[in-house]
Amino acid sequence: MLCFGIGRQIPRGGQEWQVPVLLDIRNVTKTYDGANARPVLRDVSMTLNRGQTVALTGESGSGKSTLLHLSAGLDAFDGGEITVDGTALSSLDDTGRAALRRDTVAVVFQQFNLIPSLTVAQNLSFHARMAGRLDTAWLQELTGRLGLADLTDRYPEHLSGGQQQRVAIGRALAGRPALLLADEPTGNLDETASGAVLDLMLDLVALSGTALFLVTHSRQIADRLDRHVHLSGGKIA
Amino acid sequence: MPVKALLIAVLMALGTLTQAQGFAGLGTDADGFATPQRGTDLQFPRDHGPHPDFRIEWWYLTATLTGEDGVDYGIQWTLFRSALAPTEAEGWQSPQVWMGHAGLTTPTQHYFAERLARGGIGQAGVTAHPFDAWIDDWQMAGDDLSDLRLVARGDVFSYDLRMQADGALIRHGDNGYSVKSEAGQASYYYSQPAYQIDGVLHLPDGPVRVTGDGWLDREWSSQPLAEDQTGWDWFSLSFDDGERLMGFILRGAQGDFTSGTWIAADGTATALPHGAFQADPLGTTEVAGRQVPTRWRVYVPERGLDAQVMALNPNSWMGTAFAYWEGPVSVTGSHTGRGYLEMTGY
Amino acid sequence: MTRMALLAFWSHWRRHPVQFFTLIAGLALATALWSAVQAINAEARASYAQAAVQLGVDGTEILTALDGPIAVSQYVALRRAGWQVSPVLDGTLRREGQSFRVLGVDLLSSADLPAFAAPEAAQNFQAADVLTPPGRLFASPETAASLAHLPDLPPIIETANVPPDVVLTDIGIAEQLLNRSGQIDRLRVMPVQSAGIPPLADIAPNLRRSTQTSGETDRLTDSFHLNLTAFGLLAFAVGLFIVHGTVGLSFEQRRAMFRTLRALGLPLRRLTVLAVAELMIFAVIAGLLGLAAGYTIAGALLPDVSTTLRGLYGVPAANTLHLRPEWVASGLGMAILGTGLASVQALWRLWRMPLLAAPGLQSWAAGARRTNRIMAVIGIALFLAGVVAMVLFDGLVAGFALLAGMMLGAALILAPILSLILRLGARTANGPISEWIWADLRAQLPGVSLALMALLLALAANIGVGTMVSSFRLTFTGWLDQRLASELYVTARDDAQGAAIEDWLTPQVDAVLPIRSFEFSHAGTPLFVYGIRDHATYRDNWPLLAYTPDVWDMVASGTGVLINEQLARRSQIWPGDTLTISPKWSLPVAGVYSDYGNPTGQAIVSLDALLSHARDVPNRRFGIRVAPDRVRALSQELQTRFDLPSTALINQAGLKARSMEVFDKTFVVTGALNLLTLGVAGFAILTSLLTLWSLRLPQLAPVWALGMTRSQLARLEVVRSLALAALTALIALPLGLGLAWVLLAVINVEAFGWRLPMYLFPLDWLRLFLLALLAAGLAAVIPARRLYRLPPSDLLKVFADAR
Repeated sequence: MLCFGIGRQIPRGGQEWQVPVLLDIRNVTKTYDGANARPVLRDVSMTLNRGQTVALTGESGSGKSTLLHLSAGLDAFDGGEITVDGTALSSLDDTGRAALRRDTVAVVFQQFNLIPSLTVAQNLSFHARMAGRLDTAWLQELTGRLGLADLTDRYPEHLSGGQQQRVAIGRALAGRPALLLADEPTGNLDETASGAVLDLMLDLVALSGTALFLVTHSRQIADRLDRHVHLSGGKIA
Repeated sequence: MPVKALLIAVLMALGTLTQAQGFAGLGTDADGFATPQRGTDLQFPRDHGPHPDFRIEWWYLTATLTGEDGVDYGIQWTLFRSALAPTEAEGWQSPQVWMGHAGLTTPTQHYFAERLARGGIGQAGVTAHPFDAWIDDWQMAGDDLSDLRLVARGDVFSYDLRMQADGALIRHGDNGYSVKSEAGQASYYYSQPAYQIDGVLHLPDGPVRVTGDGWLDREWSSQPLAEDQTGWDWFSLSFDDGERLMGFILRGAQGDFTSGTWIAADGTATALPHGAFQADPLGTTEVAGRQVPTRWRVYVPERGLDAQVMALNPNSWMGTAFAYWEGPVSVTGSHTGRGYLEMTGY
Repeated sequence: MTRMALLAFWSHWRRHPVQFFTLIAGLALATALWSAVQAINAEARASYAQAAVQLGVDGTEILTALDGPIAVSQYVALRRAGWQVSPVLDGTLRREGQSFRVLGVDLLSSADLPAFAAPEAAQNFQAADVLTPPGRLFASPETAASLAHLPDLPPIIETANVPPDVVLTDIGIAEQLLNRSGQIDRLRVMPVQSAGIPPLADIAPNLRRSTQTSGETDRLTDSFHLNLTAFGLLAFAVGLFIVHGTVGLSFEQRRAMFRTLRALGLPLRRLTVLAVAELMIFAVIAGLLGLAAGYTIAGALLPDVSTTLRGLYGVPAANTLHLRPEWVASGLGMAILGTGLASVQALWRLWRMPLLAAPGLQSWAAGARRTNRIMAVIGIALFLAGVVAMVLFDGLVAGFALLAGMMLGAALILAPILSLILRLGARTANGPISEWIWADLRAQLPGVSLALMALLLALAANIGVGTMVSSFRLTFTGWLDQRLASELYVTARDDAQGAAIEDWLTPQVDAVLPIRSFEFSHAGTPLFVYGIRDHATYRDNWPLLAYTPDVWDMVASGTGVLINEQLARRSQIWPGDTLTISPKWSLPVAGVYSDYGNPTGQAIVSLDALLSHARDVPNRRFGIRVAPDRVRALSQELQTRFDLPSTALINQAGLKARSMEVFDKTFVVTGALNLLTLGVAGFAILTSLLTLWSLRLPQLAPVWALGMTRSQLARLEVVRSLALAALTALIALPLGLGLAWVLLAVINVEAFGWRLPMYLFPLDWLRLFLLALLAAGLAAVIPARRLYRLPPSDLLKVFADAR
């Protein structure tokens, strides 16, 4: 399987000889506006290299989802710096952050990832086409591997939770982003489905050469990844 | 209603309309209407017809009848003429206004109907010879006054009678000049008091053949009442012995004025001077919200008459635009008989 | 528990004041327009009913002659046969440019008329004065004021018991005022008749017995009121879209609260009762506000409605509004009923709401497809039903059935058609974003289709009514130019002065054209016959719709008659047929001319012909042909030489201006209702978009997460709304033109008696199209701005929240 995967691996132009650090988080703080504004993240620093898989664990409310959202350019932080693929996120405006989400990173949320008005096929190709990197053969392979070949004409509402998450993963990887950010992608699934989806994801991440930053509360899953970072009370433990 | 106002004005309140008149011998009043003159000889059949230069005129027939069923009935047929100006003209421009009243009285019911019409268009009128008096489909007509057919119709009753008279016309007062007050107001007044009648009454319950006696009054004037006079009580009585009496009281604030005519069985008429005829109410009935005397004591001492007059139906109220009481009466006492009573101003 | 629930209910509205305002405003708006129309209708109907009583025509039977007026002798014959009938002479008195309806009755047999019978009447007049010359005229204070300055009229008695523009008088006085001695137009049959009177046919076989209405006008005014009611209902329906949207939103947003309340033990039944009670309270509040607004609107519009009714139909109508209990009840009733209707869906969902399970995303695709199919079928069926009604039946009702079928059918077909267009459009998409926009538009359609239907109806009504009015106006303007060919019009005080003016003018102007007419009667309605002198003015200008080749020669020689379109259509007589003007006078119809704004029949013959058939035809009015630059000097000289009032001289421009003013006033109501309806439709779009807001986020958040900015999405939201509005407007255009055609070719013919050519006004469409875009754009900007300013954390909640 791995040999087959390597055989299919397409070198991404010029990236091999770049600096290995893909995601660099330095002294990041984040506070949400509200009545009792307590910082969610306090002086958090960590790095993630190209092709590396990192698990982020922590208690509920420890700020792990927030850290993921900030890394994806989905939200702005208050202090410190996050650099993705050489771009400092603090320098980006709304448009720049949207371009980052479109071109460099991909996100898989716990649920409701899909665009309800589009079919499975349209959803799968959506992100890659937005980024202008649609590779039909690769998409076909992804569709087949994710077991979605028979479901391409369906609408998301007619899919099970596991199927929906598999579409979300396929869509995220179709454009071969440098970084896949996944926020408890199997958190809403039962244990069997969860294991199957996660296995698939790890396989495909390896296959596409994408780095993975995965938020999970499961130690078991965390252990299967290259590295494991634990967040507690808004700080790296 | 103004029409009522009109009629009341014309029929009842002529005193106020004619107050400025200085009629001694002039013959007309201030508005140009003719006034009755003593000594005028009535001409027939001409005077059966209308006198448009007089303000007010009527053809007034009442009859006491008995049905095959033995029940007593009374009928009234009246045509009034009232002139707004002492002229006649063609079409709607005529100032003559006509009013018809028909009544039918049974011991328990009283029916009446009313018709109004403009002169000048032929809807109502009177011709003297052959005699024809009509308003709408009501009619009193014949070759002459002694042989007439009488028809009237209301929404629930009608009658169709034949009347024949054998006696002479009675001229009241001074050869037809009838004084109506001590101030001298007067009218022309004659009667045919002796009609034999037979015919059919159509009542809501069905037709009834009747026979009986009729009495026709003819009167015209321009100023029949004095200013203080508020109404009258008028009696026409036919006694079983063939004698007849016409008598009236004009009720005035300054005292009543009475007058009458005694008609002997042979048709000889004698005028009764003021005070010779007397009548006193004996009992009243509440009719249409008023107290109306429906029982009277009538006496003419010089003729030995002292009798009680009683309404056949105390509710004989003519609820017409100009409302009054008119109905058949019976006479008991020194004389017995039947007759008609008319009372206005109650 | 209930108290707690009430607090929870109330807290929602405290936190959403805009929503509260929208709900109340939508409902109040709907009620306002509806009740305004109802108030106007009720007022006008009350005027008719009062007038009917005052004129003694409230359901009374009448006798009319088929062949002209009834002779007095015939009236007398009927009376002498026992028929209780009362004569009426009905004519028009024209003095110094004003006209009044003169009703002559026999005072003695008309004592039942309120003007004579009212308790206060006895103090106002003496019957003897009314019956003898000069007589008395009875008129409303308003009419009395306009009569006051006219010379040679009998003294006027003011009474509230005569309708406006009518003069009641004794028939003896009327026959002289109208110059119609010995004529009777109809006989009123008194309700109580003697038993056993002979049948009508034995006495007067030429008379027809019918139940009196105000004649033709009844049907005409009915159509006018039906028109208004249709408009009111349309506005109300459009308003209900707003209520539906807002109620739906408020229930959607309170799902969580309802669920909590139920979890805390509030029975579903009581929850539903509370929700219904809340809605009813809102309905009453909004209903009362709407009534107040409706009363104001009606008060503002009523004078124009009265102008229309008097001008176009010649019926009396009051200018002042009365508060009528039945109107208040109907307004409140409609508010409550409407709220109920608009809330059925929301209440049903509440009733069926599961206690625990969270609802999934709206199942739009399959459901919408099925609904579309059903709506398309029903819509086409309605369309066809309208057409079938038109084919099977005649007249106004069929016309309105066709209209209703068209409008409702089109409204129902709108969503399926839009869906089809969007599906076809999606095929042209070649990028992921455009693909998504097409798909998303289609997904959005079920949510906004009600609002779009409202917009469609409002736009179509606007185009249809606008085209009708503009076509009418264009035709009317052209017709005025033809019809008012003389440069100056003069009215003399009397015939003698008329002759003097004519003599004086003749040598110094191009032509003096007498305008002389006489009122005849045709089929129980008045027929005004004009006599003209043969002149190029008529031959060159007169607006003929249909004619025989030698039309003007026929008229000039007295062997032909021209009739107006109303008379031609009403009596079905056209060139080649014969018009019976009086029993002794019939003429072949030589031509038919258009005659807008005139409720009565009219005919034109040569002056000689008229004078030989009618006595005492007034000779007071003249059209003067003269070089335009001499008009001013000439009218001044006429005025001083003949001591004429300034009103006696009217120049062509002045007359046209006055005619156009009347015309424009006539359609003020229509214009106002049109604009209000469009405004309500715009408001409906806004509320439906606001309602959709909470459903929009799950659609938008994934796209945002995949690399679009909020400002891009916000812009797209506006574009989408504009696109839907534009598509709707494009579909509204043919519908509106169809509507205009029905109005011009069917409804107008039935209601007014004239058919109008249809003109197209593309600039108006463009204006309306832009107006629709503006409405949709404005409606979309508010939610779009909200989206633009939405914190990312709120968008992210979509992926975490269980909704």
